[in-house]
Amino acid sequence: MQFNKLWRMLRLGVKSLLLHKLRSSLTMLGVVFGVGAVVAMLAVGEGASRKALDEIKALGSNNIMLTSKQNADNQAAAGSRSMVKFYGLKYDDEKRIRGTFSTVEHTVPTKDLRKNAFFGERSAELRIVGTTPQWFELVVRDVVAGRVLLERDMFTASNVCVLTESGARKLLAATSVIGEPLQVGSDVYEVIGIVRNEPGGTSGARTPDSEVDAYIPINVAKERYSDLMIRRASGSFQAEQVELHRILVSVKNIDDVEDTAAGLNRMMTLFHPEGDYELFVPLAVLRAARAQANIWKWTLFSIAAISLLVGGIGIMNIMLASVTERTREIGIRRAIGAKKNQIITQFLVETVVLSASGGFIGTIVGPAIAQVITFMSGIDTIVPLYSIVLAVGISMSIGIVFGLYPAVRAANLDPIDALRHD
Amino acid sequence: MTDRVPPTTEAGAPDLPDTHGTPAAPPGQGHATGADSTAAETDRGGALIELTDLRKIYQMGDQQVHALAGVNLELGRGEFWAIMGASGSGKSTMLNVLGCLDRPTSGRYRLEGQDVAELDDDALSEFRLRHLGFIFQSFNLIPQLTVRENIELPLFYLGWEADRSAAHAAKIAERVGLGDRIEHRPNELSGGQQQRVAVARSLANDPPVLLADEPTGNLDTATSGQIMALLKELNQQGKTIIMVTHERDIAAHAQHHMHMRDGIVDRIVRDA
Ligand SMILES: Nc1ncnc2c1ncn2[C@@H]1O[C@H](COP(=O)(O)OP(=O)(O)OP(=O)(O)O)[C@@H](O)[C@H]1O
Ligand SMILES: [Mg+2]
Repeated sequence: MQFNKLWRMLRLGVKSLLLHKLRSSLTMLGVVFGVGAVVAMLAVGEGASRKALDEIKALGSNNIMLTSKQNADNQAAAGSRSMVKFYGLKYDDEKRIRGTFSTVEHTVPTKDLRKNAFFGERSAELRIVGTTPQWFELVVRDVVAGRVLLERDMFTASNVCVLTESGARKLLAATSVIGEPLQVGSDVYEVIGIVRNEPGGTSGARTPDSEVDAYIPINVAKERYSDLMIRRASGSFQAEQVELHRILVSVKNIDDVEDTAAGLNRMMTLFHPEGDYELFVPLAVLRAARAQANIWKWTLFSIAAISLLVGGIGIMNIMLASVTERTREIGIRRAIGAKKNQIITQFLVETVVLSASGGFIGTIVGPAIAQVITFMSGIDTIVPLYSIVLAVGISMSIGIVFGLYPAVRAANLDPIDALRHD
Repeated sequence: MTDRVPPTTEAGAPDLPDTHGTPAAPPGQGHATGADSTAAETDRGGALIELTDLRKIYQMGDQQVHALAGVNLELGRGEFWAIMGASGSGKSTMLNVLGCLDRPTSGRYRLEGQDVAELDDDALSEFRLRHLGFIFQSFNLIPQLTVRENIELPLFYLGWEADRSAAHAAKIAERVGLGDRIEHRPNELSGGQQQRVAVARSLANDPPVLLADEPTGNLDTATSGQIMALLKELNQQGKTIIMVTHERDIAAHAQHHMHMRDGIVDRIVRDA
């Protein structure tokens, strides 16, 4: 019975809305665009910040990276074109770090090499990194096939290598290559695994494995290849001697990362006054990016709030513009014998139906706009649930409040005053 | 309002089938005097309408407008009254109070023995719905609704099923001569036709009392004649009709006349 009544009210409401097509569609449009704009804006904001954060997280937020750097002074001093340049991180640095900071969990030294490699029919210049097994604890990536380096590889100084996906691609190596030989210079390595690598990020820092084709044990690298690296460039040649290209430091507790980094920096300036190193703290960048993303999000949120407000004012105007007409109608209905509640229920049903359908369409339009933005600009967009709830909630409340307000006021007039209204 | 024999049987409408459940009795008495309303007082409000020192005062700034300045009146069942008087004499105010659209400032108004002042807003709505029908000078139809839907309005608030209500509305439209216009909207009709829709709407819930404020005010003579004929026919079928007009020839259709001046009932002419 109750349901029947509701159903009847609903049908009546829809019918009445259809009778006021212009007013209804304008109101609905207000809600649709209010919701749509808010959802789309927040989707852009959310997408942009999520992307930045993901990229930085790939660097490892517990890590600190030290990188060898040929500093400007050093470069200038090397007047002669054929002079060998010595610079960068030393094995001693790594030992010192490990011995000094109790907050440090692992230190991972790496040594970069560029070597021509032969694999079956293929040959390619590979970017090889000599490192320790801990690398794979700090730079956590999926293992596609086989295994990563282990302590025993170090212990036995085995000629083994782990390819990255980009290395495997260069050599056209499939996952079935495990156990096959890879010739690097005059040495032969056994391929023991393939790991994924994270292509370089765009937000300030490169991931440590973005330009790596293969990993070998660092002691093997040190034993077989000299620290001297010669680069030929248009007739002349440059030689540089670098012990370690990188030291990755992982900190046990994320709260200690920034203090440790500061300490590290002090220690390094002491031992490398010439400044031939670079210190990079992903966490600091993460913090900055998060702050940036927040600003970005708030900006978009403000724009969204303003569009919601504008939409709301639109809805309000349309509703209030029809007050006279509605007040008369209410006067007529009241004169005939409608009770206040019946009038208010009728208008409530109308505005709820209107606002709800507007909100529903808006939740389709909003993500669609977000998709279009993604398509046109390449910006990632994510539609978070809260944005839909928020937008629909606010737009519907505006619609209902301003739809109902004139009705409630008119219903509370004496019927004769409602009839006389103009 | 049930098994009550009217105290007197005055001349009035012929004995026609009563449409609202009261016995098909001849119309009751119609004292329209100031103080000597004695007989009806004892008989649970023998009159249909009883007004005692009814006043309606509008406050306009620091000025008081006495739209009704102490009206005493008794109107009987089944009577057809015309309220006449100069512009501003309080005719509309009177009719609106009678129709429970407006509340008097003071005084007592009993309709069907019920003191209207005792009713709260909902009860008053219910009272209008069951006992009163309105016909306005400006028709007051809802423009978005069709003729049938306008006629159905009272039935909707009475909670009638849709099918039954539609059929009933069609029947009434037929009765006022609009059977072929039922799906039209008001603005597609002439003034006379619109007023007939209004009459049909006022009849839908079969109220015993019809109130009409200058029902022909916006119509030409010929159309006015048709509407008056319709009202007369309804009166003959037992409806009590109270109509405001300031046209003598329109008033001539009514059985009794009441003249108003400055918010009081100035003169009563029975069986004019
Ligand atoms: N809402 C109102 N506020 C203030 N004064 C009012 C109001 N309604 C009516 N009046 C005043 O009450 C008096 C009676 O008005 P009413 O409308 O009853 O006159 P009427 O006899 O119907 O006149 P007409 O023939 O012109 O329709 C007038 O002086 C009018 O100005
Ligand atoms: Mg008037």
